[in-house]
Order: sequence, then structure tokens, then C-alpha cells
Amino acid sequence: MPVETPLIEFKDVTKRFGDQTVLDQINMKIYENQITTIMGKSGSGKSVLLKHIIGLLSPDEGTVLLQGRPIHKMRKGEWDRYRSQISYLFQNNALFDSMTVFDNVALPLRQTTTMSAKDAETKVMARLEQTDLMEAAAKYPSELSGGMQKRVALARALVTDPKIVLFDEPTNGQDPVRKNVILGTIAHYRKKFGFTAVLVSHDIPDVYFISDRIILLWEGKVAFQGPYEESTKIDHPMAQEFLRSLEGFEDELTGVLSKQMFRARYGMMLNERQEERTITAVLFSVHFDLLVETLGHVGAAEVLRALGKYINTNFMALGGFSVRTHPGEILAMLPYTGFQEGQQLVESFGGRLQKEALSNIEALTQAKVGAGTCFEISVYAGITEASSSEDIDRIIEKARANLGIIAIHRCDPKGGGI
Amino acid sequence: MKERIIEMKKGFRPSGLSFVRFFNFFGRLVIDLVNNLGAATIFFGKAFLMIFRPKQFPEIIQQVYHIGARSSNIVMLVGLFTGMVLGLQLYYTLVKFGSEGLLGTVVALSLIRELGPVLTAIMITARAGSSMAAEIGILRISEQVDALYTMRIDPIRYLISPRIAASIISFPLLTAFFDLIGILGGYLTGVMLLGVSGGSYFSRIQSSVGFIDVRIGFIKSLVFAVIVSTICCFQGYFTHLRSDSHGARSVSLSTTSAVVLSCVMILIADYVVTSFLL
Repeated sequence: MPVETPLIEFKDVTKRFGDQTVLDQINMKIYENQITTIMGKSGSGKSVLLKHIIGLLSPDEGTVLLQGRPIHKMRKGEWDRYRSQISYLFQNNALFDSMTVFDNVALPLRQTTTMSAKDAETKVMARLEQTDLMEAAAKYPSELSGGMQKRVALARALVTDPKIVLFDEPTNGQDPVRKNVILGTIAHYRKKFGFTAVLVSHDIPDVYFISDRIILLWEGKVAFQGPYEESTKIDHPMAQEFLRSLEGFEDELTGVLSKQMFRARYGMMLNERQEERTITAVLFSVHFDLLVETLGHVGAAEVLRALGKYINTNFMALGGFSVRTHPGEILAMLPYTGFQEGQQLVESFGGRLQKEALSNIEALTQAKVGAGTCFEISVYAGITEASSSEDIDRIIEKARANLGIIAIHRCDPKGGGI
Repeated sequence: MKERIIEMKKGFRPSGLSFVRFFNFFGRLVIDLVNNLGAATIFFGKAFLMIFRPKQFPEIIQQVYHIGARSSNIVMLVGLFTGMVLGLQLYYTLVKFGSEGLLGTVVALSLIRELGPVLTAIMITARAGSSMAAEIGILRISEQVDALYTMRIDPIRYLISPRIAASIISFPLLTAFFDLIGILGGYLTGVMLLGVSGGSYFSRIQSSVGFIDVRIGFIKSLVFAVIVSTICCFQGYFTHLRSDSHGARSVSLSTTSAVVLSCVMILIADYVVTSFLL
């Protein structure tokens, strides 16, 4: 099997600022068309790493390679071509305060391309529309909220159709819904425009859902690089400590347990009962991508938030605990409930969900997306019995195979759901 | 000997002798000065060459408006009062020698050759130079200069070149305004207030002011344009490298340095240029 050449590779890169070594013999790989997330404590050199990719900083030792070619050996033309493929989204957005939103987004097109003014305007307006900024086009960045400024920076980063986009803490300082919206937007645009994304982020677990690869920086070195699933299994004290320290008790958006806490709770449950026993697990699912298409990122995040809270309220009282396993999936474990009883619980939960929760979600979402927008929310549930020795991923697979609709809500254009 | 070499490699630290400390301090000062002078010269050279790149014209026009047009009112106001004061002072000096008829000559020559270029440059430094340094400094500390780089827009081409070009265009024009209004100010006090003959005032100017005087004034204003725009842009552009402060404070210190250094350099350059041209 041929080995894939990384798009960008760091080879023994060392960077020092005075006496402080920020990057120490870094070796890492970033692959094409993937979302790679770089994590690490504050001051661990994440932003420094990103700045090496775009050439804002150069290594004291080692090399940065683009498809196997050292970037410091590139000729001017080649270097310009390389840079024309990269966009950078700054942590503080770095928008030009004295320019309107439109001018900020249009700046790279006006200054670096020979595009006509009309074509540039069409392209800028398209990007502003995609990032829900049409109404803010004539405003100045200081007149916008932090979230909107972030979207302006995102629109500016994407306006040149880059092949590589570097995001320096894109969700910094955002509320849980907005964090999911920004990450969802990045994932959505990645699919739509097909770029390679490199993210610096702290937002576990949200960032896991969109990341293909995780790179963990610890004290200037790479402690781990690979898919997220592997990062949770490796027996590296630094990686474990980092994940524990960063991942809170619960998923900020939905209120269900974080992955780390869920695994810990699951482990405790297995230890409580040494003998082999069966567990009831329920997987709740919504078509997240469909919701994003119909309601937008904010609406979809609101739906998931409400669903998570509703699941928590209903099943925690029974000793259950749940985790978000996918952008649109929540797994609930019911350790003290039998399979038959579980089925009845899910059925009655579906009824209540249809009567109460989905109408509330609709009201909430209508307020965000605007009255008159009609949409459908379908909630699926898959219940399964699992042995305590089974892996969680296997349990999820089994539950996924049993998915069926438990609640459906179609809005009535005249008002009220059906 | 070996220890001495090791000590030198670590960075020579002077002993307690005060004259060694003095030379150490003075040496560092000179090295810093030469370094900064070299860096500023390269900075200017690079920015100057980039004036002629494509897409610069709209930016230059915008900067001519900011540096030139918006400074015109203050320059003309200062020019008027400078001319009026000159008219008063010189009238009372010349009248002692019975030479008040030469008022027009003296007012015009002092303005065109000396006061016009110097005071105009100092006024533009105060109004536009400070804003250049502060604006570029803020762009630097808020990573907007880095953002330009990431968008493949050369920050020197986009931010510095138009300001230098606009200064080179604006300084001589504003100096001309200053001279003109100053001569009218001298007319107001000398002729209208103190009774010198109006015909004599202007005919003396016409007969005594030659093209060489105008040329000296314009050469000075061009030199000052280069000095002021380079110093102010340089201070703002490298705000982040200041070792004495960070963030907003570094911008404020850079702005102060830009204005003080520009004013001092205008006066030094004035002497140097005058001594070469006369």
C-alpha cells in the first residue's frame, strides 16, 4: 500500500525566542483535504507552529516541507504560488477597523488579483451571504459582535478560494452555540470548497467531531499525532493529562457528559459489577446536516442543545448517563434498566418529545431563523442490549442498526406543528 | 586567556571602571544609531521603489488627501500668523535703519528660504506624522500588518509607499501655500496696519526673490518630506520591536519618538541642506 505524502511536514523544527525554546524538534504531518487540529496548553507554541506554515516565522533549526519540498528553498515565484493557496484566520480576527465589512473581505481580491471590480463584488457578496453577513456589509467591524467579526474574518479567509486554511483559535471567546456554529461552518465549507484546514483549538469535544487528525503539543514537543480515537487510547501520560485537564465534565452545547467523563463513568459502572451483565443502550439521532441546510448552523445547534437537555432530564433520573458521539448523535446508557423497560421508556420519551420538546424547539428556532420558515425535525432512536465486555464503538454500531423514528415534527405553515 | 575568551563569548560585561562603562554605553548608543539609520535607509529605499508598483495610485491619492489636503488649513493658519509676526517684528527693526521699504524682501526671503519649509514640515509632523506613526503602530500590534502579509499584500507597499509618495507630493505644495499666505500676512501687518507702501512691498519681492530661493525652499521641503514620512512610518512599523514597552504603550512611545525625532531631524537637515546649497 503506497504511503501518502503529507501536504505539509515539519522535520525537526526548533524555534527559540531568546532563551525560551518554544518548539523543540517538532516532527508532524498535515495531510491534504483533512481537518487537522493542533491542541496544547497556552504558550505551548500552537500559534508559532501555524505561523511557520505561512512563513510569518521561520525555524531556527529544521525544515518545513510542502509536498516534500522545503519551503525556505522555494524561488520567489514558487513561494508566491504557495502563499496564494493559504489563508490565515487570526485569533483576534485582525480586521481593518477603518474599513467596512465589505471592504475587509474585498481587500485580498482588490490587492492581489486582476479581477474586475464587478466580479470582485459578486464574489464578496456571495461569501457574505454564505456567512450570514449580508446586512452587515456596510458596517464597520467595531459595530459588530465578536461572533460576527469572526465570521467576517472567516469570509475574508475564504474569499480567495484557498487550498489550505489556518485557523488560530477560531472559537475563542464564543458561547457554546456559536462555537458549534463556527466549527460546523468550517466543516461545512471544508466539504463544500475542499480545502485543507489546520485548526488551533481548545474546544474539546466539539472540535473532535470535525477533526480528522489531532496533534497534541506538550512543552514544545509533539506528544501525539493521529486520529482522535487513537488519542484517547494511547498510554501517554502527557496526552492523558492534557485530555483530562482540557475536557470538562460535560459537553457545553448539550449538557450531556464529555467523552472523557462518559468513559470514566462507564468504567466505574463495569467495576461496580464484576460479573458479566447486559446493559441497555439507546442511541438518539437527528439528521444534523439536513438541519444545518434547513435551519442554518445556529438553528441546528439550538435543536441539538434542546435535545441533549431533554434526554438528560428524562434519563438521568433513572441513573442513566449520556454522551455526544457524533454531531447529531447522543448515546444514553441505562445501567439499571432492562431491555423491555428501556423500549417502553424510549417510546414514552418519543411521545413527550413530540408533544412538548419539538414544539419548543420549533418556537426557539423560528425566533432565530425567522417566522414563516417551515422545516421538519425527525428524531430517531436505536435501542440495543449489550454485554459489559463490549466496546463502546461496537455498542454504538449495534444501536445504529436499530434506528427508527420516535418523534417527528413538521411545522404547519399556518402555525402550530403536526 | 582561555577564561577571558569564554567571558567575551558570553558577552563582555565591563568592570567597575566608570570610563569603561561610559564607553560601553556610548558604544551601544552609536551601534544602535548606525543600525537604525541603516534599517531606516533600507526601509525608505524599499518603500520608495514600491511607489511605482501597480494598484498604488488610489492609495497615494487617499494619502495625499489625509496628509496634504487635511493639513492645508492648519498650515495656512500658521503661515498667516508667521507672516504677520514677521511683518511686525521686521518693520520695527527695519524702521530703525530707515529701511522699512525692504520689508517685502525680508519677509519673502525668510519665508521662502527658511521658515516656510521648516514650519510646514513641523506642522505636518504634528498633524499627519503623528497619526501615521500611531495608525501603523496600531495596525502592527493588532496583527493587521501580519494579516496583510498572509493575504500576500506586501505591508510596505500597501501601508508605507503611499504615505511616502503622498508626503513627497504634499510637502512642497503645502510649503508653497505657507509661503504665499505668509507673504500676505506680512502685507496685512506691514502695509495695512503699519503703513508701508503696498507697491513697494510687492515690487521688492518681485525684484529680490529669485528662482534659486524658491528652488532652495522646495529642495528643503522634499528632504523634510522624506525624513518625516520615513521616521514616522519606521517608528510605527517597528513598534512591536520596542524593548522598553509593549502594546498600547509602545504605540504611544513610538508616536512621541516619531514626532520628536522628526522635529530634531528637520532642524539638523535644514542646517545641512542650507550649508550645501548656499
